Amino acid sequence: MSDNILVLGVGNVLLADEGAGVRAVEQLQHRYAFPPQVELIDGGTMGLDLLGYLDDKTHLFIVDAILSTQPPGSVVIEKLLDPPAYFRQKISPHQIGLSELLAVAAMQDCLPPSITLFGIVPRDLSTGIEMSPEVNVAVGQVVLAVVKELGLMGVEVGAASR
Amino acid sequence: MAKRIVVDPITRIEGHLRIDCEIDNGRVTKAWSSGQMWRGIELILQGRDPRDAWVFTQRICGVCTTVHAVASVRAVENALNLEVPLNAQYIRNMIISAHGIFDHIVHFYHLSALDWVDIVSALKGSPKAASALGQQLSPWPRNSEQEIKAVQEKLKGFVGSGQLGVFAGGYWGHPAMKLSPEVNLLAATHYFQALEYQRQINKVVAILGSKTPHIQNLAVGGVANPINPDSQSTLTIERLYHIKTLIDEIGDFIRNVYMVDVADIGAFYADWTQYGAGVTNYLSVPDLPLDTKGTTFALPGGYIGDGNVGSFKPITSFNDEGFKQGVKEGVKHSWYKGDWDRHPWEEETVPQHTEFQDNGKYSWVKSPTFNGKPAQVGPLANVLCMYAAGHGPTKLYTDGLLQKVSALAKTKVGISALHSTIGRHAARAVRCAVLHDSLLGQWQALMDNIGKGDYATFNQPVFPKGEQRGVGFHEAPRGVLSHWVVIQDGKIKNYQCVVPSTWNAGPRNSKDAPGPYEASLVGNPVADPEKPLEVLRTVHSFDPCLACAIHLLDPKSREIVTVRTTV
Repeated sequence: MSDNILVLGVGNVLLADEGAGVRAVEQLQHRYAFPPQVELIDGGTMGLDLLGYLDDKTHLFIVDAILSTQPPGSVVIEKLLDPPAYFRQKISPHQIGLSELLAVAAMQDCLPPSITLFGIVPRDLSTGIEMSPEVNVAVGQVVLAVVKELGLMGVEVGAASR
Repeated sequence: MAKRIVVDPITRIEGHLRIDCEIDNGRVTKAWSSGQMWRGIELILQGRDPRDAWVFTQRICGVCTTVHAVASVRAVENALNLEVPLNAQYIRNMIISAHGIFDHIVHFYHLSALDWVDIVSALKGSPKAASALGQQLSPWPRNSEQEIKAVQEKLKGFVGSGQLGVFAGGYWGHPAMKLSPEVNLLAATHYFQALEYQRQINKVVAILGSKTPHIQNLAVGGVANPINPDSQSTLTIERLYHIKTLIDEIGDFIRNVYMVDVADIGAFYADWTQYGAGVTNYLSVPDLPLDTKGTTFALPGGYIGDGNVGSFKPITSFNDEGFKQGVKEGVKHSWYKGDWDRHPWEEETVPQHTEFQDNGKYSWVKSPTFNGKPAQVGPLANVLCMYAAGHGPTKLYTDGLLQKVSALAKTKVGISALHSTIGRHAARAVRCAVLHDSLLGQWQALMDNIGKGDYATFNQPVFPKGEQRGVGFHEAPRGVLSHWVVIQDGKIKNYQCVVPSTWNAGPRNSKDAPGPYEASLVGNPVADPEKPLEVLRTVHSFDPCLACAIHLLDPKSREIVTVRTTV
C-alpha cells in the first residue's frame, strides 16, 4: 500500500499564536502543490468532526501549538509512539479535542500507524489574529520541515502554480 | 453540616466551566456556575467588513463552527434587509439540520451517556441476554449477539491494556449507577455504532459546506454553491442523490436506537424526572426559513413562562420586535466593569477580574434575560415550544417517546416529566428525530425548486452610508444563538454574540435570580461529595459548551475533573 498522508493543522486563529498550526497549513497550501496522496486540512479547534479525514491514512502530521519549557518560537518535531497516551499529558492547549479524536480513532481501528508532531511553542495566547514575530518565523520553519519530511518519504512536492 | 464542593472543569469538550455547590444532608442547597475564561471575539470584529464576520465567528468554537457562521450572515442580512434566495435557504437549512443531528447524537452517546451507563459493568454483561433485550426493544438489526460480543471483547482489550482512553475518569461502580450489566452492554454497543453514524451525517455537512471541516459555502446574501444540474464542479443532481442516501441511512439509527435508548435508560432512571428542572421560563426561536424574507419557518419557536405550556407566545419572523427588544445582558455578577443590564447593540466589553465572590462577581459569563427574567434554552425549550405551537412531527415523536417510557417504567409519564435532568435528554432525542424529518423535507424542497428552473443562490449585499443594526438568530443544537451587529458606513461598529451556554450557564442576574444551571442543581441528590456524579448529570444534560460563552485557554495545565471539598 502506498503512503497516504494527512497534514493536520490545529489551533484557534482568534488567539494569536494558538493558531500557528492552522497558519502553517495555510502557507503550505498557498506555496506548494501536493500530489493526491497528501491531504492538508485546517482542523481549527475541532475534535470528532475530523475523524473521517483519518481513514486510510498511513501517516498523520499534526501541526500545533504546544506547551513546553522551551522558549517561544521553538520548533519541536517528534514521532509519537503512543499518541493517545501521549496526548493525555498536557502538551497542546486544545488537547481535549485532539486527544479524544485520537483515542476514538484507536477504538475504531483507523489511527494512522505513523504520527509525527510538528510543535510550535507560542508566546502570545491573547485575543487577536496576529502572531508574534518569533512564532511567525517558527511557522515558516515548520512549513519547510513538513516539505522536507515528505521529500524523505519520496513524495514529490512542487511549487504552487500561480 | 454544609459542605462545599468545586467541580472544575466540568466539560469533556472545549471550554472551561466551574461549578460550586453547597451540600447539606446529601442535597445541593446552593450552586454557582462560573465561566473561567474570557471571550473577546467582539473586539476582533470591530472595524472589519461585515461580509467577513462569519469567517471569524465560526472560529470561536471547534464544536459549534457552523452555527456561528449561520447566525453571523443572518445578522448582517437583517441589518441590510437583504433577502436570501430560496435555494440558499434550503441549502443552509439542510446544513443546519444535518449539523444538529450530528451534534445531538454525539452529545448523548459520547459526551453524556457515560454519566448513566457504566462501561466497566458492561464487561460483566451476557451478550446473549443483551441481544435478547435489544431485540425486544426495537427492530434494529445490529443488536445481534455476535456484534455485542465483539464490542465487549474490544472493551475488555482497552481495560486489560490499561488504555481506557476516552473512558478514563468515569465514575464506574458509583452507587448512583443503576443499569444492569446487560443494559450497560447494549448501550456501550450503541456508543460504538453511534461513532459510525455521526460520521455519515457529518458527510452531508461536508458535501454542502464544500468539503472541509469548516464550512466554506456561506455568504452574506446566500450561499456560494452554484447550482447546475449538469456540471461536475457544482452541486449536481448526482451529489444531491448521494446526500439523500446518507440521510436515509441515519434515520433508522435515530428512531430504532437513539430514541429507544433514551426511553429505556430514562425508564430505569425515572427518579431523575424529579430533579434538575431549574428555570422553567423557556426561550427558543423559529428556524429553517421557508421564504426569502424569513417570515415562515419549518420549525416554530417562542417563549413559555413559568413552565406553563399554555402560555406559549410565538416568535414569528427574523424581524420579530418582541425578540429584538426582549433580550438584554447584565454584568452585576460578571467580571466586567460596572453593574448594568443592556441591549446587545448597546453593550461594551470591558473586563474587570476579581477573586471569586459568592455574593459579588464570579464569572466571565454575562447574565442574559428575556423581558427581565432568566430563561432556559436548548432542545427542551425548543421541543416544548414546538409542541405548544402544535408542530405535527414534534407532537408525534414526543408522545411516542413518553408512551414508550410509560410502558417500560410501568407508570404513566406525561409531558410534565420533561422539566427535568432526564427530560432534557428525552427532548434532545425528539428534536433529533424532528430534524431528520426536516432534513428530508428541505432536501425535497431544494430538488423541487431546482426542478422549476430556479438556480439562484446569492443576492449581492449593498452597504449604504450611515448606521444599520441587525440581529441574526438561530436555534442551534444547544439552543437560542443570536448575533447582534451594528454597522457604520460599511464597517462593523459593534458585535455581540449571545450564545446558548450564556443563557444556561449565566450567573445570578441583576435581581440576584440564579441562572438555569444554578437553579437546576438546587435539590439534586449527591450520594458521595467526593464523586459528585449527580452534579455532572444535571449540568451535562444541558450539553454545556463554554468555548464561546467565555474565553481563552487557561494557561495553567490541569488534570481531568478535580473535586475540591471545603467545609
